[in-house]
Amino acid sequence: MNGNIIKIEVKGLNFYYSGGAQGLKDISLSMYQNAVTALIGPSGCGKTTFLRCLNRMHDLYPDNRYEGEIWMDEKNILQRDIDLIELRSRIGMVFQKPTPFPMSIFENIAFGLKLRGIKKKTEIAERVEKALKDAALWDETKDRLHGSALALSGGQQQRLCIARAVAVEPEVVLMDEPCSALDPIATAKIEDLIMKLKKNYTVVIVTHNMQQAARVSDYTAFLYLGAIIEYDLTDKIFTNPTNKHTEDYITGRFG
Amino acid sequence: MSRENLRKMENFIALALCTLAAMFGLFWLIFILGDVLRHGISALNISLFVNDPVPPGIEGGGLRNAFVGHLLITSCATLIGVPIGVLGGTFLAEYARGRKIARAISVLSDIMVSIPSIVVGAFIYAVIVKPFGHFSGWAGAVALAIIMIPVVLRTTEDMLSLVPLTLREAAFALGAPYYKVIIQIVYRGAAAGILTGILLSIGRVVGETAPLLFTSFNNSFFSVNMNGPVSSLTVTVFQYAMGPYDTWHAQAWAASLMITIFILLLTILGRLILKWRYSKR
Repeated sequence: MNGNIIKIEVKGLNFYYSGGAQGLKDISLSMYQNAVTALIGPSGCGKTTFLRCLNRMHDLYPDNRYEGEIWMDEKNILQRDIDLIELRSRIGMVFQKPTPFPMSIFENIAFGLKLRGIKKKTEIAERVEKALKDAALWDETKDRLHGSALALSGGQQQRLCIARAVAVEPEVVLMDEPCSALDPIATAKIEDLIMKLKKNYTVVIVTHNMQQAARVSDYTAFLYLGAIIEYDLTDKIFTNPTNKHTEDYITGRFG
Repeated sequence: MSRENLRKMENFIALALCTLAAMFGLFWLIFILGDVLRHGISALNISLFVNDPVPPGIEGGGLRNAFVGHLLITSCATLIGVPIGVLGGTFLAEYARGRKIARAISVLSDIMVSIPSIVVGAFIYAVIVKPFGHFSGWAGAVALAIIMIPVVLRTTEDMLSLVPLTLREAAFALGAPYYKVIIQIVYRGAAAGILTGILLSIGRVVGETAPLLFTSFNNSFFSVNMNGPVSSLTVTVFQYAMGPYDTWHAQAWAASLMITIFILLLTILGRLILKWRYSKR
């Protein structure tokens, strides 16, 4: 089952920043349902830019421009008339730095649930608990649910952000270097989490850490200068890359 | 003289000049506060707060009309000025972020902050008092609101700009519409700062006299009718201090003291809110 159904299909995607600089060049790739797709490549190669196309985050800033198509469930999400609020409720995102809202741990997760129109207190409480358990954060927070989320440690905050993203049961979870600000123990916890997440979600993760990509992902795309150099099964990319560039990057000879 | 000694000498002179300048400024501040305190305290009594003015020569009497009137005008000014200031600041920091118009309005309101308040008073006299044909509490409230708006607007803008973009993005990524992002996330993050700005802006207008002279004028009788002249502490101080009677002078001192204490309390409250906010993190 793993990785047979295409969830998101990108066709000929170009992206231009408001200044006119081209961030992405003719990107085409398919991301599979219930699989983890890793995006690797040197800094500035467009990994994050690509990720932020998938939930149209670039639309928050004026004059950014997309070309091409991104198909998700038979709909081109780059179309003008797409409801961004609906789109973003189907595609969750976890950012590089933890972004807890200035409110309690409970409210952080309830925020998204209330946005979905869930009003029943008991249902909210149940889903907050489930999300925290899914994010392996329940044991550490169950006695302080109504304490400020800002008082959590960095690793806990990041797991809270993951809990917040999955609480609303999106179809896809985007992760932008979710472990880059964390220590190895917190990183290991989040990696475990990512492997568990793919049972229910399609995960796309940007990472700078080769080992992490090799450990958690099923597919890996290597980007360089805004273009995809190689995209294949992770095992293939890390053991037998076809492209010299990819090999050099993975073995640490450049980048 | 060796280079080292020369350097030490220069250092000593610079330090001495700075200290003297600071002492000079502090001296007048303490002098003024001390004088207000000394004269004001001796004139404070219950009658000041519960009685209305009586004709000169008659014992007793107070400034109840001015206390109530001042509170009324300031409250109305706050009710008019704060929503406009906060919403305007929100427009600048959120909807118009990075656009030329935001920059232009910011600069204009910075200029407005430093417009002499008497100019605002004269302006309101021309556009409200003159056409209606009489002084009114509303005119005074609007004049004070105009002075408050740029202060609240700029503080709000600054405080909202301090809320990191990533926090907004995180809320958008959950599928939140912009107004919910602003109200539930951004305002929450900036609440303490905005509240402090509001308190400081109240402190800024509560001691104003000039804009009220032209607008709400004064009233020797107790009146809460905002359509007519309403008494205020500052205008009363102005009038009483100029008057020939000792009882008036004493009451002017007492009123000055009360205004000073009120502003002091507002400022302290504003600082406490900020401190409480940052110690919580």
